[in-house]
Amino acid sequence: MSLENIRDDEVDIVIGALHSDLTTFMNEWKPMFCRFHLIIVKDPDLKEELRIPDGFNLNVYTKSDIDQVVGSSTSILFSGYSCRYFGYLVSQKRYIISMDDDCIPARDNKGFLVDAIAQHISNLSTPATPFFFNTLYDPFREGADFVRGYPFSLRSGVQCALSCGLWLNLADYDAPTQALKPEQRNSLYVDAVMTVPAAAMLPISGINVAFNREVLGPALIPALRLAGEGKLRWETMEDIWCGMCVKFVCDHLGLGVKTGLPYVWRNDRGNAIESLKKEWEGVKLMEEVVPFFQSVRLPASAATAEDCIVELAKVVKERLGAVDPVFTRAAGAMLDWVRLWKSVGSGASSLRA
Amino acid sequence: MEPATATAAAAPPVPALKDELDIVIPTIRNLDFLEMWRPFFQPYHLIIVQDGDPTRTIKVPEGFDYELYNRNDINRILGPKASCISFKDSACRCFGYMVSKKKYIYTIDDDCFVAKDPAGKPINALEQHIKNLLSASTPFFFNTLYDPFREGADFVRGYPFSLREGVPTAVSHGLWLNIPDYDAPTQLVKPLERNTRYVDAVLTIPKGTLFPMCGMNLAFDRELIGPAMYFGLMGDGQPIGRYDDMWAGWCTKVICDHLGLGVKTGLPYIFHSKASNPFVNLKKEYKGIFWQEEIIPFFQQAVLPKDCTTVQKCYIELAKQVKEKLSKVDPYFDKLADAMVTWIEAWDELNSSGATAPNGKA
Repeated sequence: MSLENIRDDEVDIVIGALHSDLTTFMNEWKPMFCRFHLIIVKDPDLKEELRIPDGFNLNVYTKSDIDQVVGSSTSILFSGYSCRYFGYLVSQKRYIISMDDDCIPARDNKGFLVDAIAQHISNLSTPATPFFFNTLYDPFREGADFVRGYPFSLRSGVQCALSCGLWLNLADYDAPTQALKPEQRNSLYVDAVMTVPAAAMLPISGINVAFNREVLGPALIPALRLAGEGKLRWETMEDIWCGMCVKFVCDHLGLGVKTGLPYVWRNDRGNAIESLKKEWEGVKLMEEVVPFFQSVRLPASAATAEDCIVELAKVVKERLGAVDPVFTRAAGAMLDWVRLWKSVGSGASSLRA
Repeated sequence: MEPATATAAAAPPVPALKDELDIVIPTIRNLDFLEMWRPFFQPYHLIIVQDGDPTRTIKVPEGFDYELYNRNDINRILGPKASCISFKDSACRCFGYMVSKKKYIYTIDDDCFVAKDPAGKPINALEQHIKNLLSASTPFFFNTLYDPFREGADFVRGYPFSLREGVPTAVSHGLWLNIPDYDAPTQLVKPLERNTRYVDAVLTIPKGTLFPMCGMNLAFDRELIGPAMYFGLMGDGQPIGRYDDMWAGWCTKVICDHLGLGVKTGLPYIFHSKASNPFVNLKKEYKGIFWQEEIIPFFQQAVLPKDCTTVQKCYIELAKQVKEKLSKVDPYFDKLADAMVTWIEAWDELNSSGATAPNGKA
């Protein structure tokens, strides 16, 4: 495993637009975004026209594009936060960096603006080390290394396929937590990137992520839709379900997942207590999901992300579908996604970015 | 980068756990470093384990309450079982764990000083370790905002509610600014590298994941995990050195995972002032670098039977497996497995009046 050299033209920045006016968002990110191609996917439920400032190299996709490419051939709904997955689908680049449209650049402990794009690229270009924990965190960072006692055979690491960033100000809490502590804001800047160990499960937030589309694309699935899903992150679980599947697939395929830097600054939005009134079924679902992933195993023959999702969908339907129909639908959506990926995502369609 | 000097102002008004925690310090040189730690350490009882020549007198700075053991004391107290305690290696510190009567242990090397946080404030490492040990760990699900019990943090969205209570914390592993804990090859290649990055986090190491445990700045709950903290056979007459804490860490983590106990790493930082000679280190570590390639898979695959419900039972079982599976790597492991059993026998003998109850569930 050597260092990857990621060129600017290998990266797509994908933004799911849940707000029509992206002017501030785009201008705040301009210094970091301007070198890259962007894909903006408008939430099909959004009625107003998108307002996007000039000066970017981008493609915008709206409901009509989604309908044209995907049509009614699928059970997947690309609405709300799931609209960004359409961007992942039609991208032609090797790497994707994706961010919610209510986030702006954060400042680090020294007051400098954090280039989240550069940090994600750095995370994806250096190896991950999932088989043994390094107590000085990412050994490939400037000024760090493997510590005494770290086996040499594990020092070359594995390919990092997913980079999970964090959030200052409004952290990604669930509604009950934020409702209990309405004034709590995350002001702790933890200057670390680390690999999440193999077999460890974690909640992967979709707010600030980057991944290797080439190896992992089919595994980022818009599959789990809550009955009461809304337009605020604490009214969704789609990314959490996606993240559990992705981590599981990475563990199976021997790929790495990093977490930590970069931070983004997440704007205050919504009222957690209001969201509590909606049924938080997602919280109940997680209780079933954890023992499921602890015990499920994929056959060794599942050698690609696509294979893994197909196999996983089968088991999800069998075992979790019996517990709650939302999982049966999720399993169906996972298979639909792989089908879509094969026909559109691998370059067959003319409507590519 | 400099260690902190004016620590007096930073001492807490009421030292936490002052009658329940012993500070174990191995030394072969002197204890001058204690002056700097005085405001933080003075309320606590010290156990000094004097390595090397027992005829030397190690002066303990005035005002500290301590007990000191040299090699003659170790031989006298343990008799033939003293063979399990290393000589001419800081691994001898584990004798201090054995003779302690307290619930908690903090161990620190004599070349570790008080570090400063990014605001320039002296760090009370002991206080942070105590916080770590007294709050729960979360080994079954990784929290992306690190320690959820920290002021200003919490569990993130998607973290299962049934796992939010956590489990008891058995070990708190601290880190080092300035001279990082590198092995000899890395030291030789990067002699000038200093750790200047203050990572403001404590996190639980997930179940099933091993890590290199450094004994320079380490605290643990002796009642929960003490017997697993055997630092092995190192130093004089042994083919290996600088793997004492590593060995204890791998055994400890496997047993903690089995018993449902937590291991934390991260804060607090201390300031590590002395870089040991990398050529000397290389000679000590040399075999370990090869052996660890076999040792790691051994620990990763080690399974403890359900009826191992105490730390001692787990440890004896591990010793059995070491003998079975690692002896073929080198006869040293055969000796080490025997020493592991001797250690448990000695531990139980010295700690029999307060017989340890089964800890945790298998």
